[in-house]
Amino acid sequence: MLELSLHILDIMNNSVKAKADLITVTVDENLAANRLTVTIEDNGSGMDEDFVKSVTDPFRTTRTTRKVGMGLSLFKAAAEATGGSLTISSCVGKGTVVTTVFTHDHIDRQPLGDMAETITTVLSGNPSIDVRYRHLVNDKEFLLDTREVRQILGDVDISSPEVMMWLTDYIKEGLTDMVSA
Amino acid sequence: MKSLAELEAIKNKVKNQINMRKDEEDSTRIVVGMATCGIAAGARPVLNAMVEEVSKRALENVIVTQTGCIGMCRLEPIVEVTVPGQEKVTYVKMTAEKAAKVINDHIVNGRVCKEFTIGAAQE
Repeated sequence: MLELSLHILDIMNNSVKAKADLITVTVDENLAANRLTVTIEDNGSGMDEDFVKSVTDPFRTTRTTRKVGMGLSLFKAAAEATGGSLTISSCVGKGTVVTTVFTHDHIDRQPLGDMAETITTVLSGNPSIDVRYRHLVNDKEFLLDTREVRQILGDVDISSPEVMMWLTDYIKEGLTDMVSA
Repeated sequence: MKSLAELEAIKNKVKNQINMRKDEEDSTRIVVGMATCGIAAGARPVLNAMVEEVSKRALENVIVTQTGCIGMCRLEPIVEVTVPGQEKVTYVKMTAEKAAKVINDHIVNGRVCKEFTIGAAQE
């Protein structure tokens, strides 16, 4: 993976498989502390203690096509390459929180990449899931909550191409405006 | 700055189209593999190019969806196209540019892009 947003997409797909109906993604860029924190929280089925302990092992997976699962292991390696870390807390029946910390200006820190595409990709594949995306840069904030979007849309499908493309632009502009404001 | 209020207009536009969409059975299905292997190989831009192209051309009866690992990770990004009444076509090592060509040649004009198919990749 070349961008953090691709890792985030991959981890969000884990939440989808865990039957979550709300995924909260927080990207917190604290430049004063030189820290980038990504938190992905879901209300899916969760994992028991034993599974959590071994889940970043590439040979631990729930997938059935083969015996390896690289998602969390790759994300962990990306964080550790910058002197950061990945931690998971999970509770069966309640959900899972994956927190990764990166050194912001580390030469090996992957660029964040296209978060708008990540969010809309999850939505277009799973129209019934809600996503709350919060992005902070120092004291500035961008927030998208698809529950608000859904309220406006009524019975119109959130995954229809027109809505998807509008949302992509909305997120892209929101992030640019936040930084330049 | 865009505001959520603009969604109101989009909503009305989409609502008008809904009536024209037909049953899922008559629809062409485009399925993009979106597991770790697919994502790492570049499936996200492929998917978005497909959605964008379908929207730009206002293609009705075309559904773009995602699936997990198809089982041939070295050939990712993989896209499966099923036109009703025809055999499924599997495209491998896709890119956003190839995706646009598949929509144009295969979906719109009915000509399979043989050079991108799994058959061509394994010769």
